[in-house]
Amino acid sequence: MIDTIDVDAKSCPVIANHIKVALVGQPNVGKSMLINSVSNAHLHVGNFSGVTVDKTEVLFDYKDYHFTVVDLPGTYAFTDYTIEERVTHDYLCAEEYDIIINVADSTNLEKNLQLTSELLTMSKKVVIALNMSDEAEKEGISVDADYMSELIGVECIKVSAVTKLGIEELIDAVIRNYENDKHESKLIFSEPVEEEIAQIIWYLDKHKYEAKNSYRNIAINLLKNNQKTYARLHDNPIWTELQPILIEASKHIELHHNSDDIKEAFAEEYASFNRGVVTGVVKQKKQLQQKTLTEKIDNVLIHPILGIPIFLFFMWGLFQLTFEVGAVPMEYIDAFFGWFGDAVGATIPNDDVRSLVVDGLIAGVGAVVLFVPNIIILFIGIALLESTGYMSRVAFLLDGFFHKFGLHGQSFIPLVTGFGCSIPAYMSARILKNDRDRLLTLFIIGFMSCGARLPVYVLFAGAFFSPEMAGNVLFVIYISGAILGLIAAKILKLTAFKGADEPFVMEMPKYRLPSIKLMWHTVLTKTMMYLKKAGTFIAAASMLIWFLSNYPKNLILEDEYSVKIEQALSTEEKVHFQNSLATDLLEQSYLGSIGKFSEPIFAPLGFDWKMSVALQTGLAAKEVVVSTLGVLYALGEDVDEENNSLINAISKNISFPSAIAFIVVIMIYLPCLAASIVFTREAGGIKYFFYLLFFTSVAAYSMAFIAYNITKMLV
Amino acid sequence: MKTLFDCKKACKVKVLKLNAATELKQRLISFGIMKEAEIEVLEHAPAKKTIEIKVGKMRIALRDQEAELIEVEKL
Repeated sequence: MIDTIDVDAKSCPVIANHIKVALVGQPNVGKSMLINSVSNAHLHVGNFSGVTVDKTEVLFDYKDYHFTVVDLPGTYAFTDYTIEERVTHDYLCAEEYDIIINVADSTNLEKNLQLTSELLTMSKKVVIALNMSDEAEKEGISVDADYMSELIGVECIKVSAVTKLGIEELIDAVIRNYENDKHESKLIFSEPVEEEIAQIIWYLDKHKYEAKNSYRNIAINLLKNNQKTYARLHDNPIWTELQPILIEASKHIELHHNSDDIKEAFAEEYASFNRGVVTGVVKQKKQLQQKTLTEKIDNVLIHPILGIPIFLFFMWGLFQLTFEVGAVPMEYIDAFFGWFGDAVGATIPNDDVRSLVVDGLIAGVGAVVLFVPNIIILFIGIALLESTGYMSRVAFLLDGFFHKFGLHGQSFIPLVTGFGCSIPAYMSARILKNDRDRLLTLFIIGFMSCGARLPVYVLFAGAFFSPEMAGNVLFVIYISGAILGLIAAKILKLTAFKGADEPFVMEMPKYRLPSIKLMWHTVLTKTMMYLKKAGTFIAAASMLIWFLSNYPKNLILEDEYSVKIEQALSTEEKVHFQNSLATDLLEQSYLGSIGKFSEPIFAPLGFDWKMSVALQTGLAAKEVVVSTLGVLYALGEDVDEENNSLINAISKNISFPSAIAFIVVIMIYLPCLAASIVFTREAGGIKYFFYLLFFTSVAAYSMAFIAYNITKMLV
Repeated sequence: MKTLFDCKKACKVKVLKLNAATELKQRLISFGIMKEAEIEVLEHAPAKKTIEIKVGKMRIALRDQEAELIEVEKL
């Protein structure tokens, strides 16, 4: 017992001084980046809404305090419009925390203050971080932070996450505010609203209503029709008298604003307060009527005619790079694993154990590690797309097109993420507010071939096409997957997901040069995740497949062949017998039995039992498809798609039409186990998983059947 | 009645009224599209399916259907 306390005391010397900070801001204000520069955390920062889909906690120590910073998803206002906004709003209203850091973009203060003013009406301590102040200065905008603090009654600190300016001052301000008592902000409404607030406060005061929040806060919430506040007061006896007062108050305010919508009226109240603040504190140097850089770039990139061809060109370039540049280090990795397998194998005396380690473990993991260069290039491409702000432009360009297929322009963001990995893609679908639209997008994400399927394509493209063509073939595979996805979306929209469309209203953020450090973090984290999977899951799966393909042992068969091999006259004959022994052994192994059992199902697609098995093992993880094919075709040789023996084995044993059908199945059928779990969670129920299973199986089978027969006719 | 949808590229307008349903209206307001706000039309996507506008310093993309709900007058 005492020991544990000691350990705690060591790692946590001042347990009492713990500050929990909620980090809030609109999307694209650099919140995650700010956390990064505060704590050097490994977070992903994006330039479009939807990067911080879940709240992330970051811990660090400063002076005598432990800090827990909760990075909440970006939100424009407390409207609960998207899931992210709901996450943020619920957290701010219901959870325990000490202080809010509101991150605001200094270059666009008036809009950012919209959220700030809503925060100020909550009875919480707030510190405002005026981020990007270096950028503001460059644009000739000066913000008087001291005067702003005075005007709104909350400390405002100029910071820059990029240059690390003001970070310490910000944390000091948080500590100062934490130590001192909270004082009401100076957010003032127009006279009619203030009158009504005073009236309600007076009434609450008269009845000595007991509440944790200030009366002013309750009054404002009541006027804003806040449901939670209503629910709380509704059960209180004072409600009967309060209700008529509130009805009168609403009428008064609505009349004043010439609107029948109290929320709109309040939005206008906030806006006019914000305008007042901005007029007071922001000085904008007279700018020449010059186009900003973003506008200049936009003139080209979202050009009505050139925009889409440029986008397609970028995507084509990305896949070319993935193949061409990715192929360079592959040779070395391949050679390394070959050498490593031999070196390790030489130290193991037992035949079975050596086979397990070299042919199962090292070959299986090696086959997956081989793709790290391709994966890195793909991830860099996607990270660039995200962090520069180009992703939103593409959503803008494609919305009209997507809309025809029943998708939303913003579906583009999860769909492109799906080219990297389906798991973050499923999660980023949360930016879609409408449940139907989100489900539809979730169902389509699988059509965007993820990085793990790349190895299969590289292998088959290498086996059936010349090296110069391989990059183009890859591009065609990815594009046709995407087109199939669109068609599937249309079918689903017309059948399962009928209904009204979600409106398309999206911010187009400023273009930014991606920060090298952040790109590095993003790509490193994702690559490490891939490698971790190779080291754990794939390693286990490879060993399992090795076991299934080596057992049960058949000693009679082995004896029969060893006699034949001994009696063989030439080396050629010897090799022949060795190979047919291996084939016979494989056929009667567990894996062989599974394959034979399912062979009839896949026969119309032209698959032999080995391909059938590879597809089934691919349900666990797509990377396993290649290692399975490797184990089955190369029979324990070094296995990987760059390995000529496997490429040869495949081009020898598989007909071109079967190969096409196989690629089609890989493109469409169920995503890997981990992705399926995330899908089920995001879709909100196990029944959706069965829908997905049914939908993808039927689609994969029928499309592969069509592809197989068409290719057969053509070849 | 003139709506944002009718505006040509580079046209500057003032918002008179939002005819959207509550939820969408809240969304538009949170993007700064509210009564009295000044809007500049920046770009049309192919076939005018989506338009890009500028409100204050923020660039926003809207679909044609949403643009039709925003009543404006020319500045």
